[in-house]
Amino acid sequence: MKYGLVVIGASLGGLNSLRGVLSALPGTFRLPVAIVQHRSSDADDTLQFLLQKECARLVREVEDKEAIIPGKIYLAPGGYHLMVEEDHFALSTEAAVNHAQPSIDLLFKTAAEHFGPRVIGVVLTGTGTDGALGLAEIEHGGGVALIESRQTAFAQEMPAAAIEATRHAIELKLEEIGPYLVKLDREQEAG
Amino acid sequence: METIELPLLLEAMVQRYGYDFRDYAPASLKRRVHLAMQREQGVHTISAYQDRVLHDPETMARFLDVVSVDVTAMFRDPAFYKALRDKVVPAWRELPLLRVWHAGCATGEEVYSMAIMLHEEELLDKARLYATDINQRLLEQGKGRIFAIKKMKDYTNNYQKAGGKSVFSDYYTARHDDVILRAFLGKNIVWAEHNLVSDSSFNEFHMVLCRNVMIYFNRKLQDRVHRLIYDSLPVGGVLGLGHGESLQLTPYENCYEVVDRAVKLFRKIR
Ligand SMILES: C[S@@+](CC[C@H](N)C(=O)[O-])C[C@H]1O[C@@H](n2cnc3c(N)ncnc32)[C@H](O)[C@@H]1O
Repeated sequence: MKYGLVVIGASLGGLNSLRGVLSALPGTFRLPVAIVQHRSSDADDTLQFLLQKECARLVREVEDKEAIIPGKIYLAPGGYHLMVEEDHFALSTEAAVNHAQPSIDLLFKTAAEHFGPRVIGVVLTGTGTDGALGLAEIEHGGGVALIESRQTAFAQEMPAAAIEATRHAIELKLEEIGPYLVKLDREQEAG
Repeated sequence: METIELPLLLEAMVQRYGYDFRDYAPASLKRRVHLAMQREQGVHTISAYQDRVLHDPETMARFLDVVSVDVTAMFRDPAFYKALRDKVVPAWRELPLLRVWHAGCATGEEVYSMAIMLHEEELLDKARLYATDINQRLLEQGKGRIFAIKKMKDYTNNYQKAGGKSVFSDYYTARHDDVILRAFLGKNIVWAEHNLVSDSSFNEFHMVLCRNVMIYFNRKLQDRVHRLIYDSLPVGGVLGLGHGESLQLTPYENCYEVVDRAVKLFRKIR
């Protein structure tokens, strides 16, 4: 299999961008998707609910050591960091990393470590620089690096930092990201 | 290199000090080891770190501080305490004596939250709260009842959302940058070092809270700890896990019924 996992990171303005991406994924989309959206530590399922409304696939908050299964959309729960550990996820309550919890960098780095060239990383709108280092590691490992274009991002700082940190990352407008992921998912089928 | 060095370091820790981290979850453990190394002067490889750990117990003590991710808060996940108060506490009224075990309690914020709730429900006098952790230093800190004043805003907020019946600031006195909790909240707490990896069950409890501790363990060790908890609960006893944790896929899944799925409260039924 060419790809094994999509990881997405978003901060300020993320709800809108995430909805944009997820609503473009059909029910037949097979790659598992793991999402980190910066949020308060309140354990509250509003975000999951809002995303599920837009998405044909099942969206769920990750439980510790949950297996990574095709076709599922996984969301980092509030108050935890989300990491990839071999074929499953692991949670941690350690302090904020680069001012962020959940940390996009942590998810991306651990995804790169275990999936190498089989991971697709997407940095969406946001303030701060979280995600930039992680996306660079994904690129370094031979994975695909995508960034929301500053034309559509509500907050440009995070996409700008990701552009800065990477070499060949592809900048896409919000409405292009979902279809691009679908294309990669289909390539997978063909290959 | 790391795949050779890390197991050797962990092996050295068991042999020399009896602390066994071999079945901790690797993603987090690796981060903690690197963090611990960064805090040591002149240590650049895991092997060099191992050398220092072996010869210097202070280095081991510092490692314990780093590996115990001691992040905690009073009334963390207010919904958990709310559900506890509404769905579990009523059954405790009939008991002559109430025993609760907080396994992996860090600096005790969770234990004091329980004490406050039990006080408000007029159950504190007959309660024994067992507060245990692998890290003695954290327990000493908890015993002191002193917490940073800057956290009180969040805690007050949590307390109110958790269904607190009084005024949170009545439970502490401020002094400089700290607050000290009122003494009566600590008098029924028993603090004890207990390692979930190597120690056994030491009593039977009406409730065990083990929240955000097992996320640092791999599945095998989680199963062991679930066994320990199962053995420490009578039928009808209650288990509280962290928001991101679950009983699913553990061998004990079928031994519990759900009291509240969202906040991870379970009751032993067999
Ligand atoms: C993140 S804290 C959880 C604190 C609290 N239960 C809460 O949820 O807020 C994790 C705690 O587990 C403790 N711990 C780690 N390994 C342990 C072990 N083998 N036995 C007992 N406690 C352990 C750590 O020292 C740390 O204090």
